[in-house]
Amino acid sequence: MSNVFILADFSGDKASKTTAELATAGARIGAVTAVVFADAGKGAAFAATVNQGPIANVLIVESADFAKHGVPAVADALANLIKSKSPAAVLIASHAFGKEIAARVAVLTESGIITDAVDVSADRTATQLVFGGSTTVHSKVSHGTPIITVRPNSIEADLTSATPAIENASAEIGAAAKLSAISSSQPPVKGGRPELTEANIVVSGGRGTNGDFAAVENFADSLGAAVGASRAATDAGWYPHSHQVGQTGKTVSPQLYVACGISGAIQHRAGMQTSKSIIVVNKDPEAPIFDIADFGVIGDLFNVLPQATAGISAKKS
Amino acid sequence: MKIAVCVKQVPDSWAEKKMVNGLLDRVNVDAVLNDLDEYAVEEALRIAEAHGGNEEGGANTVTVISMGPERATEAVRKALSMGANDAILITDTALAGADALATSSVLAKVIGDGGYDIVICGTESTDARMSVVPAMISARLGWGQLTFASKVTVDPAGKVSITRVTEAGVDEISAAFPVVISVVEKINEPRYPSFKGIMAAKKKTIEQRDLATVGVSSQSAWSQVNDATPRPPRAAGVKVTDEGSGGEALVNFLVEKKLI
Repeated sequence: MSNVFILADFSGDKASKTTAELATAGARIGAVTAVVFADAGKGAAFAATVNQGPIANVLIVESADFAKHGVPAVADALANLIKSKSPAAVLIASHAFGKEIAARVAVLTESGIITDAVDVSADRTATQLVFGGSTTVHSKVSHGTPIITVRPNSIEADLTSATPAIENASAEIGAAAKLSAISSSQPPVKGGRPELTEANIVVSGGRGTNGDFAAVENFADSLGAAVGASRAATDAGWYPHSHQVGQTGKTVSPQLYVACGISGAIQHRAGMQTSKSIIVVNKDPEAPIFDIADFGVIGDLFNVLPQATAGISAKKS
Repeated sequence: MKIAVCVKQVPDSWAEKKMVNGLLDRVNVDAVLNDLDEYAVEEALRIAEAHGGNEEGGANTVTVISMGPERATEAVRKALSMGANDAILITDTALAGADALATSSVLAKVIGDGGYDIVICGTESTDARMSVVPAMISARLGWGQLTFASKVTVDPAGKVSITRVTEAGVDEISAAFPVVISVVEKINEPRYPSFKGIMAAKKKTIEQRDLATVGVSSQSAWSQVNDATPRPPRAAGVKVTDEGSGGEALVNFLVEKKLI
């Protein structure tokens, strides 16, 4: 049986749900080896959290260079492992870090690359949703080792517990991968809410909030949801840019997306229209976002959301 | 300093995009300078202006580099009208359908031959949205990678420091010249070309190079599209008007669909 690499994905010091999603896709192709890159002496602790999904092996590579040099160092080590172990495919999470690793690995191993796959089949065909989710594309890498980045939250993860065989490996990191130096790293500021691209539910606010996101946030918290924002809201400085959903921001594909006071310009829809269910709250009955809503409430979000928040809290208590 | 900015002409993000024979139809669609590349042009100009300017006889030059069909001169001209000095457009029929690997290979060759100190890119194009070309150029040239920058500080003696902002957090990174930078959109507010800038851009040189002049052979794409199917548009569902119980109706919908 062939061997498939996944780059283990971590949220803080624990394997994220994305790791299990990558493993689920990878197991269709072959036996999954989750590769863990960690600071010297930290590999075993990280590897111990890689315990969900169909994972046969965990390969630990430790080096102080990963924290010091970031993407180029990890990519160099991964490329060298691929050259020595010849996996049938490499699956990596589709976020900024993962895509840049994939980019450098594709160059270093002379391999084709596909980004933002929402599914990968046993024959290594990747499914992508392009042009803001309006078109489904199936494509395949035709040269080298297929390097495929997979969008978090797209594949239903097999969350059965795993007891993988753990192995340590060393990987060479070349001088060209050590040219940039990281002097400090701050983890993202967590407001106790789930990460936008990984959340099952996203509640977003737009121009209609007039800068007051309290109703949106309270509603999001009642659902355990992440909070997003339209570009109008982030450009106005009402909410951080890191929460922007849309063509120039994050692309999300949750089970449920709730758009509050967002008109639904094509650029915003490009970032959310592959959500499984869409709910819209907007005062303007002509807002184009109603065209893609499974359920729409024509009304003021400052009336509708608090009532909905109270309704959900009542059901939970 | 010699600064290069990589830009791409893309279909207008308002336009309807279609696939023809597995490739994006770039002919029958309005084309513009990739939004996110405007931030790269702006940052290049600001760096030049902060360290002696890029006017005639100034200490710096800003060169726009683009790969695309001949028509991409329109997007390149926009970058020139913002204030870049000159431009190189790599255009060759053999490059139609080039993937990110082929694109990065051509751009890296031109950049490497140009003797630049700093190359600046946008983080992604609004058509392909891969965010891979800056990292690929860095890997191909063996230059420092300073990507997803929300702040760039240049020491003209030969060092660049950036603040990198991604979902993984905030990093402070630095590297010695030559470097490849990509900038995120919150880094600056791109200037509108002035009338003077637009007039001046008409006289600026856009040097066209084909693959033979660049000195790389054409490389076919290393991934192929099997099929592309438009997805059925989402049908609009139930719409209710809030007459005092809109929130309750919303909760009922969530319960009905088992979303809570």
